[in-house]
Amino acid sequence: MPDDLHIGVSNVTKRFAARTVLDGLNLNVEPRQTVAVIGPSGSGKSTLLRCINGLTAFDAGEICVGPHVLRPKHTPEVAAAARSIRQLFGMIFQDFQLFPHLTAVQNVAEAPRHVLKLGNTAARQRAMALLERVGLADHADAFPRELSGGQKQRVAIARAMAMEPRGLLCDEITSALDPELKTEVLSVLEDLKRDGMTLLVVTHEIGFARRAADRIVVLCGGRVIEDGPPSQVLDEPKEARTQQFLRQVLS
Amino acid sequence: MKVWFVLLLIPLAVAGCGRAGDDGNTERPLLWAADAEGGLPYICRDENDPDRFVGFEVELAAALSQELGRPIEPKQYEFQSLGAGSQRGDFDLAMNGLEVTPDRRKTLRLTRPYYVYTLQLVARADETRFRSLDECKAVGGVVGTLEDTAAQRLLDRMQVKESPYGNQTEPYKDLELGRLDAVLLDLPIAMYYAKPNENLKFVGQSLDPGYYAIGLAKDNAALAGQLDAALERLLENGQLRRIYEKWGIWNRSQEQLFKLYQMPVEKALDTPPVLIAEDSAAADVRDAVAASSEAQTFSYYFPLLLQGAGVTVALTFASMFVAMVLGMVIATARLYGPRPVQGAAILYVEFFRGIPVLLLLFTVYYGLPEIAKTCGLGASLNLPAWAAAIITFGLDYAAYESEIYRAGIASIPKGQWEAAASLGMSRPMTFRLIILPQAIRVILPPSTNDFVALFKDTSLVSIIAVVELTKQYQMLTKSSLRYLEIGLVTAALYLVMSVPLGYLSRYLEKRWGKGHA
Repeated sequence: MPDDLHIGVSNVTKRFAARTVLDGLNLNVEPRQTVAVIGPSGSGKSTLLRCINGLTAFDAGEICVGPHVLRPKHTPEVAAAARSIRQLFGMIFQDFQLFPHLTAVQNVAEAPRHVLKLGNTAARQRAMALLERVGLADHADAFPRELSGGQKQRVAIARAMAMEPRGLLCDEITSALDPELKTEVLSVLEDLKRDGMTLLVVTHEIGFARRAADRIVVLCGGRVIEDGPPSQVLDEPKEARTQQFLRQVLS
Repeated sequence: MKVWFVLLLIPLAVAGCGRAGDDGNTERPLLWAADAEGGLPYICRDENDPDRFVGFEVELAAALSQELGRPIEPKQYEFQSLGAGSQRGDFDLAMNGLEVTPDRRKTLRLTRPYYVYTLQLVARADETRFRSLDECKAVGGVVGTLEDTAAQRLLDRMQVKESPYGNQTEPYKDLELGRLDAVLLDLPIAMYYAKPNENLKFVGQSLDPGYYAIGLAKDNAALAGQLDAALERLLENGQLRRIYEKWGIWNRSQEQLFKLYQMPVEKALDTPPVLIAEDSAAADVRDAVAASSEAQTFSYYFPLLLQGAGVTVALTFASMFVAMVLGMVIATARLYGPRPVQGAAILYVEFFRGIPVLLLLFTVYYGLPEIAKTCGLGASLNLPAWAAAIITFGLDYAAYESEIYRAGIASIPKGQWEAAASLGMSRPMTFRLIILPQAIRVILPPSTNDFVALFKDTSLVSIIAVVELTKQYQMLTKSSLRYLEIGLVTAALYLVMSVPLGYLSRYLEKRWGKGHA
């Protein structure tokens, strides 16, 4: 059901107290697309991802992920939709949020074991295969504190992949990493893109966005101000604010 | 959750507490409450066999038992709690030098007097300032006595400066040490604890005679009648006199009992005894303190202390279990419950944290039966002492535990909840698999603190007649006055119990904290 993967965000508004973070935002993400979301800090990029995953409630508008619809109201239907969306889209956080009391392999196997009710052995096998894929098979029994930032983030990606999602929501996943560690994480993402995952990536890595993204979306003041293929957005931005932002990032 | 276990525990506890006076089974041994704490010549542990008791009341009980054709079993009970204990049916009879007073006659059913006591003033051997209680008062002397006794009431009446004690050996000790100027206590006590002591002397004649009688629950007329008849026979056949002579407490005052036994019980109790000048020097008694101090060797008291320690351990673990389960329920209610439930949890914590455990213990033990009575629930809330203790400490410590758990759980970053949610975990699952295992590391050290504190707090239960380690220590030292030696051994036992707990906690913290720096 490839249609399940369509993400539609329509007229979503989110306010924190007096501050409007998302201001009637509209965005569509097609199945198997990789969309990079860029923009100045405070433009609502992270909030957008959190709203899509149901972690943050919004004040107006509607978010559809396949047949599942999120609305501002707290109803059992919305909660059920949020749970379904989380099964379809994994989320990766800037600060990893690995479970510190579990080893790398346990971190990856925990959700399949208890949510998918996979057997102990099956869950572990799946976890080992994923750790191998992100190049961490030999760190399976390490605790998070024994891993570097890049390794932690790769475990986090494996952990999200263990639930076999159709896509990933990546929230500035390389921002906390040293430059040489960013590459190892981003190359994992490019690998997942090749497998046909839908990726919605909030990032400051313009180089990665140009290389890997099918589309680049520029957020500013809680709205999409520019949306198009990388070459167009990065090389011939129409908006003055985009130009200004790119100058700052690229300088 | 292990809530079901607690729910199971409560009916069990309720079921396990038959009321002593209620069933009509005459084969059941009669429970006789007395305080064996330094209680010569009344009742005291046998120095050769700590499981047995000796004293003139022990022998009187044996004689009564023979007359009634029914065994009588002693039960350790705090002297000051005898009145309350009888009302809640903890025992059948109280015989412990219980003086006949108007108050006691109101709250208890009293038998015929079985002894005529007088009070004796004792001072240091070198005392020259006074030769009577009046003179002692005139020089502003402080007089030690036993709480809630005729002696204390006499001092109250005469408005003498007094210092009430919980047992009968400490006042004499303090008198010797110069903390008191005199001690006024029942003559039989003075005979044993002051007379043989060359540093102390009797001052003046004994005074203010009164009766000892056996106390029963108000509604137990049948047993009272049997005991009265038995006492009459024992006086008649001379057995009573033989017992008193053996213990050196027979004197001419006791002759009055014969005349008294001609009257109906109530009239006898109404008739005040006549003060007869006693030649107390004639009595030949041994020095009770010296004898028991000598007899209480390590091999005598150590097994008793060990027994007490066993009770302490059992009480502590059971109470802590209740506190942990209940504490976790309250912590989760406080953190995740709807508003009213959160409010109730806060109220619970503030209430139980704010009232003294002692008050709670008395309320659960003596207060609940009153509530049950007024609500027409009968004896359903007459908890046995151990159950009352476990419930009290469980309720009280649950308040502290819940705050520790709450803080521990709240210390886990919100991101952990979100990460688990994004993996499709439900909130209860996240709590169990992700939050709690991390929180336990934070919870463990303060929780261990509470555990060790509870070990020591359980010593409070001695007031409701549970003999644990501290109570055992008190009983032993009060008869032997070897505070230092037995105190050190007792302290060592407490340490043996609490130190390993600290080790265990550090070990678990390390084990469960592997993922943390």
